[in-house]
Amino acid sequence: MTRKLITLMLAGVTSAGLMTACGSLDAADQSAPAETQTAEADMVVAYEVVDGAAIPQALTDQAGDPDNGRAVAIHRKKGNCLACHILPIPEQSFHGEIGPDLNGVASRYDAGELRLRLVDPKVLNADTIMPSYYRNDGYHRVLKDFQGKTLLSAQEVEDIIAYLQTLKEQ
Amino acid sequence: MGRKFWITVTAVGFGLSAATSALADEMDWGSYQVGEKRSGYTFAKPETRAIQDDEFENPAFLWVDYGEELWDTVDGTEGKACASCHESASQSMAAVGTSYPVFAPELGKPINVEQRINQCRTERMGAEPWKWESRELLAMTIYVKNQSQGEPVNVVLSDELMPFYEKGEEFYNQRRGQLDMACSNCHVDFAGGQLRANILTQGQPNGFPTYRLKWQKVGSLHRRFRGCNKQVRAKPYANGSDEYVNLELFLTHRANGLPVETPSVRN
Ligand code: HEC
Ligand code: HEC
Repeated sequence: MTRKLITLMLAGVTSAGLMTACGSLDAADQSAPAETQTAEADMVVAYEVVDGAAIPQALTDQAGDPDNGRAVAIHRKKGNCLACHILPIPEQSFHGEIGPDLNGVASRYDAGELRLRLVDPKVLNADTIMPSYYRNDGYHRVLKDFQGKTLLSAQEVEDIIAYLQTLKEQ
Repeated sequence: MGRKFWITVTAVGFGLSAATSALADEMDWGSYQVGEKRSGYTFAKPETRAIQDDEFENPAFLWVDYGEELWDTVDGTEGKACASCHESASQSMAAVGTSYPVFAPELGKPINVEQRINQCRTERMGAEPWKWESRELLAMTIYVKNQSQGEPVNVVLSDELMPFYEKGEEFYNQRRGQLDMACSNCHVDFAGGQLRANILTQGQPNGFPTYRLKWQKVGSLHRRFRGCNKQVRAKPYANGSDEYVNLELFLTHRANGLPVETPSVRN
């Protein structure tokens, strides 16, 4: 396997893609008290943002599971995508309308573009309200239980991407 | 007023979010809207607004009544009640709800209504301060602010207040927590938007302490701040902390012109 596992510590190593995304946040963060990093920070798989537009390589070797991806997207403590997006998930009431309707999203973006939009959408738009689902540093005052952690695991990100890829324009 | 109009519209069967975003702009919200500023009232469901509007149905009036009782209750080593110094609240407290937080020269920083009440208790009455979110402190804060009900919020930024106001503004715009969101992301950028089952409001403070149906009781503005911090997985600050008083100062000044609604009813 060519991909290395690295641990991202607050002051430590970070990939190029993460750097650009965090720069603006850190700048606004000067009044932040020093954060104490919890011992078990998540291991974050290194990834490469190509042309600032996509992460073509999957984060894991195991193919994404669309059914689990759908479940993770619904789960309020995991993806909670329905907070902001409409998805073809009729059994759930009240879909948010903060972000774009995700019906047909697979016809607009390929897997690599979707991956960047999930892993760290702030690379594309520093002002977006959408959280970075696979970033564990550069944040201000994270609650203790979540310090050093990513919102989703690498496999969960891949599962959601597999699910989103089923959402083709009719 | 817009109320009858609203009921007709929803009965015809518009989706809730479509109704709020498309029609709210054209609707006459009376004093609940000043230019672009809109009270949380204008985003609330008609049933919720009806509960707020009816003093007998609005459960928060139990706290108003209890506050009125406490106003006349002697407590502490000095043998005094609030009424001993301030007589009738309807006169002496009329401007408090519209103007706080104010600068407290003796402390060199702004204080809010809850803190003024406790300052009076400890320094003038020789009584113990009431705990934050206690029935007593909520009741007295509601009673005092209720004396300004319907009056426009009017926080005046003196030179002394400016540095604290600026800190509050910075807090408001700073992203925080694992979800990395600022107050402004939700309450400015997406006010009126549908966040799952919630309609995001402008997050105006003019109805606090508010009776929240979700809480099944009244709660302070700082409790709301803590909730909004925690929902983005950010460490909250303590009730009554300098950070939250500065934020309250910024937020209340931002609400200038909207009516004091205490005690409001919200979802
Ligand atoms: C707090 C709000 C919020 C949450 C939660 C959220 N998103 Fe988003 N999302 C947005 C917004 C807003 C955009 C528009 C892009 C921008 O702001 O730059 C967006 C854009 C996207 C896009 C690009 C769509 C397009 O047509 O351009 C995808 C794909 C996406 N989100 C997927 C997801 C998935 C999957 C989840 C859950 C794992 C999620 N989002 C959670 C707010 C959110
Ligand atoms: C993730 C989105 C989100 C963020 C970020 C957020 N809030 Fe809220 N806030 C809500 C929701 C949802 C409600 C309930 C509906 C409403 O009133 O908007 C709410 C309600 C409020 C209310 C009550 C308004 C009323 O009329 O009763 C206030 C005040 C408030 N927020 C202030 C803040 C402040 C200050 C911050 C930052 C410390 C903040 N919020 C951050 C989502 C958010």
